[in-house]
Amino acid sequence: MPFVTASTQRGSYDVIIVGSGAGGGQAAYTLCMEGVRVLMLEAGRRYSPARETPMFQTPDMAPLGDAVTPDKNFGFYDATVDGGWDVPGQPYVTVPDKWGGRFTWWRARMLGGRTNHWGRISLRNGPYDFKPKSRDGLGLDWPITYDDVAPYYDKVEMLVGVYGGDESRENTPAGPGDTLLPPPTPLVSDHLFMQRAPRVGIAVLPGRRAVLTRAQDHRTFPGKLHPGNPRAQKILAEAMRKRSPCLWATPCGRGCAVAANYQSTTVHLPPALATGNLDIIANAMVYEVTMDGNGRANGVRFIDAISGRHEQAKARIVVLGASAFETARILLNSKSGRYPDGLANSSGLVGRYILDTVGSSVSGQIPLLESLPPLNENAAGGLQVYAPWWLYKEQLAHKLPFPRGYHIEYGGGKQMPGAYTFYDLEWLTGGSYGKKLKEDARRYYGSFVEFDGRGAMVPNDNCYLEIDPKVKDRFGIPVLRVHWQWGDYEQRQAAHMQETFGAVVEAMGGRVQTPVITDPVKAISSGGQMIHEVGGTVMGAEARSSVTNRWSQTWDVANLFVADGGVFPYNADKNPTLTIMALAWRMSDHILERMRRREI
Amino acid sequence: MTDRRTTIKLIMAAAAGVPALRAMATDPTDFQPDPRTTGDVQRYVPFMDGYGPDPNLIKAYEKGELWPLTLNAQQRQLATTLADLIIPADEHSPSASAVGTVDFIDEWISAPYPQQRKDRDTVLNGFLWLDGEAQHRSGRSFASLHEAQQRAICDSVCDPTRAAAQLQKPAQFFATYRNLTTAGFYTTLAGRQDLKYVGNVPLQRFDGPPIELLKRLGLA
Repeated sequence: MPFVTASTQRGSYDVIIVGSGAGGGQAAYTLCMEGVRVLMLEAGRRYSPARETPMFQTPDMAPLGDAVTPDKNFGFYDATVDGGWDVPGQPYVTVPDKWGGRFTWWRARMLGGRTNHWGRISLRNGPYDFKPKSRDGLGLDWPITYDDVAPYYDKVEMLVGVYGGDESRENTPAGPGDTLLPPPTPLVSDHLFMQRAPRVGIAVLPGRRAVLTRAQDHRTFPGKLHPGNPRAQKILAEAMRKRSPCLWATPCGRGCAVAANYQSTTVHLPPALATGNLDIIANAMVYEVTMDGNGRANGVRFIDAISGRHEQAKARIVVLGASAFETARILLNSKSGRYPDGLANSSGLVGRYILDTVGSSVSGQIPLLESLPPLNENAAGGLQVYAPWWLYKEQLAHKLPFPRGYHIEYGGGKQMPGAYTFYDLEWLTGGSYGKKLKEDARRYYGSFVEFDGRGAMVPNDNCYLEIDPKVKDRFGIPVLRVHWQWGDYEQRQAAHMQETFGAVVEAMGGRVQTPVITDPVKAISSGGQMIHEVGGTVMGAEARSSVTNRWSQTWDVANLFVADGGVFPYNADKNPTLTIMALAWRMSDHILERMRRREI
Repeated sequence: MTDRRTTIKLIMAAAAGVPALRAMATDPTDFQPDPRTTGDVQRYVPFMDGYGPDPNLIKAYEKGELWPLTLNAQQRQLATTLADLIIPADEHSPSASAVGTVDFIDEWISAPYPQQRKDRDTVLNGFLWLDGEAQHRSGRSFASLHEAQQRAICDSVCDPTRAAAQLQKPAQFFATYRNLTTAGFYTTLAGRQDLKYVGNVPLQRFDGPPIELLKRLGLA
């Protein structure tokens, strides 16, 4: 009985993991496969992608044609349940920045967390990304290098299944060659981007996403991932056989009933549960790490979200994977006479150095793509091709007004028409209606392209978390107050994105839907909008200047670890999820080693 | 005959007559921010009659199932006329109203969410303007005009960039209504077929575009 309750949990566990997303899921997988008894606590409800995913539903079957609402912020069919920019009964506080912008915090209270709906874009950090300060003097270095993490990128790519090209570029590494699945065939619009972007100096590569473009290699991968552990190999081979390759249909953001893409709920948790070593309590809102008298963590306190009862769970080791901000909140709320500023906070840095990704977008319309014959372009459901950052040398020579780069996420094609597909066409049609509007719709359908810049952020002192002195959530748990301010570097980077995308649209023979935004303050997304928030329990080389060490272990409490994006001292342009998983696996290996040596 | 002044009065009256927002359910955790709190409390606002943050995603929903619909018979007639002026039947596909677009619009403007509430005001006020304009021009309701007369009114507001200054609000209404009509029509099977959309079916493999097409476009 893997799903348990506070009263039916086993007497003792080796490890408690708080959170079931990318970090918690990976930690549970790695530890359970090696025989560690794990209790996972998830704040939201149980969730079954196989039963609950609206795979082939069309928008006309949904209320409002699947449109965006305050109840379902990414549309009715988005996989996220009990989540979004606001969660019922779970407020937070934001302090507006000097331009009136505010941080917004996307949460998902459900098994698997935000992995159920994410974009699946899976880029490795490169060597520069781990040592940014050494390169340009800004921000913080990680206490680890690309070479420390590379073996774990290999493992995660094999386990979850990532498609992509095996070509490496400057600071854009690929694995040894057999870890990636083949990228999907480019669409017509992809070919145009690939042909024209080089005219403005940009090289286009196959995208990388956690989607199975073919069946996983269940014969050799389990042996590579679990050498000397035949039981783990057998369980993983079986789990890989149960996943279907991509059906080339239905948007990944709805989740995947056939497990063709990565969700913690379809990839990490099933094999972990199959070991018999994993128990999960859902609806368990953790608010405090408990300590024994010897400075060691011995469990957590949580509230059963259904009954409202306060409960407790015990283990030898506690791993927080509640999401970067929620993990910081738990530590800050774990206050006592001995730890007046919260737990693991002797540095005073819990909640400091929070980061998001810089975002800026441009849409264009391309005459060459008008009136194309019928084509099925659903493909792999997302990033088919992308452009990694291409101006490292110019940046190093201080030729750009911002120090760190961005990559370009690109999209186009004849996707399933939705409620907004033909919104606001006047800029092309001159306001046509009648038969002419129908002709225009046929002509323009599939001729739109979208460029989304995703850029690195340098940590700054104006971005931090604290516990609000007054506001509590519906459980009575004090909530976070988020302070946020983009730096000049990020804003200038966003303006550069706009300018670049305008030039690319022009090179593709098209026109931009709205003029590119040259004002850096207006060009940038608001904080949190990219849903890439990391930091707050950053790792570093010294206890006085960081919260966690190179193993994601808190400096202050030897048996307390962080498995989520909280440990990131820097957010490169690469989307963080793949790195969260790689670091959680690495942390789990370290826990196993220390347990074997009976050190924790 | 109705003069412009009367039309404006009609619009004002309609705006006042739009039913007040139904009372929102009270969030049991609806704290007032403390003076010590320097920030703004960001919280979920529950919507009575909304489908909530955890709806059943598998079932198909009927219009009117989640919240009561709005349009009366007269308004429906106008809604149908206008939707079919925007998307009429042609040799490729049926008209907007023939595939349920008026029901879609009725569901939309009846929904409890802020954007839909805003669109509701725009659409209902726009309907009054249309009928007022029809009365003003021809002494009859919009729906009972000849198509040429109807089109003459639409032509004055179909492009916000060309519409006269005093017609900006009606032009915005027309743009909103056109958006909703395309949303209703192109999310149906008939709309997808009109666009020759061939996706949303499971495939054994994905081959990409034919090489002949890429060659023709100069991309291969």
